[in-house]
Amino acid sequence: MSHEIPIEEALGASFNAPTDPKRRKFLVAATAAVGGAGVAVAAVPFIMNMLPSAKALGAGAPVEVDISKLEPGMFVASEWRGQPIWVVNRTPTMLAMLQKNDGMLTDPNSEQNQQPAYCKNANRSIKPEYMVLIGICTHLGCSPTYRPNPVAPDIGGYWTGGWLCPCHGSRYDLAARVYQGSPAPLNMVVPPHFYLTDTRIKVGVDPKKGA
Amino acid sequence: MSAGQKLLNWIDDRFPLTASWKAHLSEYYAPKNFNFWYFFGSLALLVLVLQIVTGIFLVMNYQPNAKLAFGSVQFIMRDVDWGWLIRYMHAIGASAFFVVVYLHMFRGLIYGSYRKPRELLWVLGVVIYVALMAESFMGYLLPWGQMSLWGAQVIINLFNSIPVIGPDIGLWIRGDYVVSGATLNRFFSFHVIAVPIVLLALVVAHIIALHEVGSNNPDGIEIKKHKDANGIPLDGIPFHPYYTVKDIVGVAVFLIIFSAFVFFWPSGGGILLEPDNFLPANPLVTPPEIHPLWYFTPFYAILRAIPPMFDSQFPGVVVMGASIVVLFFLPWLDRGAVKSIRYRGGLYKLFLAAFIISFLTLGYLGMQVVTPMNTLLSRIFTVPYFLFFVLMPWYTRVDKTKPEPERVTFKH
Repeated sequence: MSHEIPIEEALGASFNAPTDPKRRKFLVAATAAVGGAGVAVAAVPFIMNMLPSAKALGAGAPVEVDISKLEPGMFVASEWRGQPIWVVNRTPTMLAMLQKNDGMLTDPNSEQNQQPAYCKNANRSIKPEYMVLIGICTHLGCSPTYRPNPVAPDIGGYWTGGWLCPCHGSRYDLAARVYQGSPAPLNMVVPPHFYLTDTRIKVGVDPKKGA
Repeated sequence: MSAGQKLLNWIDDRFPLTASWKAHLSEYYAPKNFNFWYFFGSLALLVLVLQIVTGIFLVMNYQPNAKLAFGSVQFIMRDVDWGWLIRYMHAIGASAFFVVVYLHMFRGLIYGSYRKPRELLWVLGVVIYVALMAESFMGYLLPWGQMSLWGAQVIINLFNSIPVIGPDIGLWIRGDYVVSGATLNRFFSFHVIAVPIVLLALVVAHIIALHEVGSNNPDGIEIKKHKDANGIPLDGIPFHPYYTVKDIVGVAVFLIIFSAFVFFWPSGGGILLEPDNFLPANPLVTPPEIHPLWYFTPFYAILRAIPPMFDSQFPGVVVMGASIVVLFFLPWLDRGAVKSIRYRGGLYKLFLAAFIISFLTLGYLGMQVVTPMNTLLSRIFTVPYFLFFVLMPWYTRVDKTKPEPERVTFKH
């Protein structure tokens, strides 16, 4: 049979025992540490939740471009993250003419951050002959037309081959550097890429990470 | 005892209703000499309420989905009864918010309202300002127009320039490699839930801090120094009804100006609603010029003024961040003998004028296309912006100040 007793009686001696401050401090610290660790661990799924989903990762995965059949002077188109990727096989003649354009270009030395550091060179490429770029005009996002022929009466006598944007006439040379006086402000973008083999390029990932 | 009084007593025994009313309104003693500049705190509160109410109704018809968002805003504008009004109120309200907050901050600046014992009040205010920037930035993505997309892209890319971890932070914020539907949905979530909750909590904290230390005034002196036999400041009057009535006048004038924009000039000449945002977001087409809304442009101009160093945009991002973070340190930079501009010397006024001119000019330059001339001007005007803060410990100390009065003054 249960009956009510005063709390002092129920707890006995411990009710009147003096507080041990050291013990209390330790218990507070331990509770805070365990609770804090729990909160920190519980935060992980929430933070990870904001990372790209599997679907976004899949859609943004790097792509491979096969250049084994790419003849000198020609280009091959591919797609990465919804954007056209072009690989151009430039001939020694084409490369030799690049320097001539420097004085007419907006950003001849690729000072603007439109290419990975390893492509910030005279040819804007890893291997001199192979130019890899995102084929979108930096003006209003049209896709420029490939005009490799240096004889182009409609453009002008200075033309050494390159791209002409059909929308508003932006002109780029064969290193995708924009000519002064074009509406486009910047050179076309060189995406991160590296060579898997001599004939296969992985586009969309830097060499260090991908290797 | 009347039934009403009985009910009030019943509540007061269970909740400090009368006590709160007295502490914060009818027996909160504010200085007698408030002027024009003291409208903007209450106006900021009004705009906050307007934004919350209009926001609640917008969410009823808005679709947070990259495929539907732009169309749903057009649906609100054309097919929902009074949708255009609510949407314009919300969009113009965002700009109005920054107008009143900037004027409110300016008031604090000229009357030294950030000085001891109001340092924490000021710091809480700056946190509110930063939260407001986040709120507005994320809200601007939601209409899913061209400037929404590209503005967000540019600003999030700022994080990419942080060394080593930058690209991963950018990826984490977007939830994708570019600003996409994933970004839109999370910004919607932050804009309508997370940041408003934080903002409301901060505003409550700001007001509690204010009522703890008491309001500053245009003379920058403490009214608590002179109290009557009942402990009531001689230069204080109850906030209600004196300042509630005064603030209603401010509300009336504000609503006239606000309505003029909402009804007659919602685009604000392309500054309040940007032309590019009338086009649906298109990740393949970059608008010819990208700039944020006017209230961010002073900081954007500073960002563009700093040239890339070591092949990185990061120094510019750091300087832009510093231009906002420096506000937190204001209470400890000012070493002046007086608080209010009324008793400051010429040196302080010179630096203040240079600061205000720089801020406004940078705001203008941040909206303009990049040209070598604009970049040069941005660089020039960035200097006085920072000198105002960096040299403050010096010029406020050596400045020739006038003696402060013992009691608050009036001009008739």
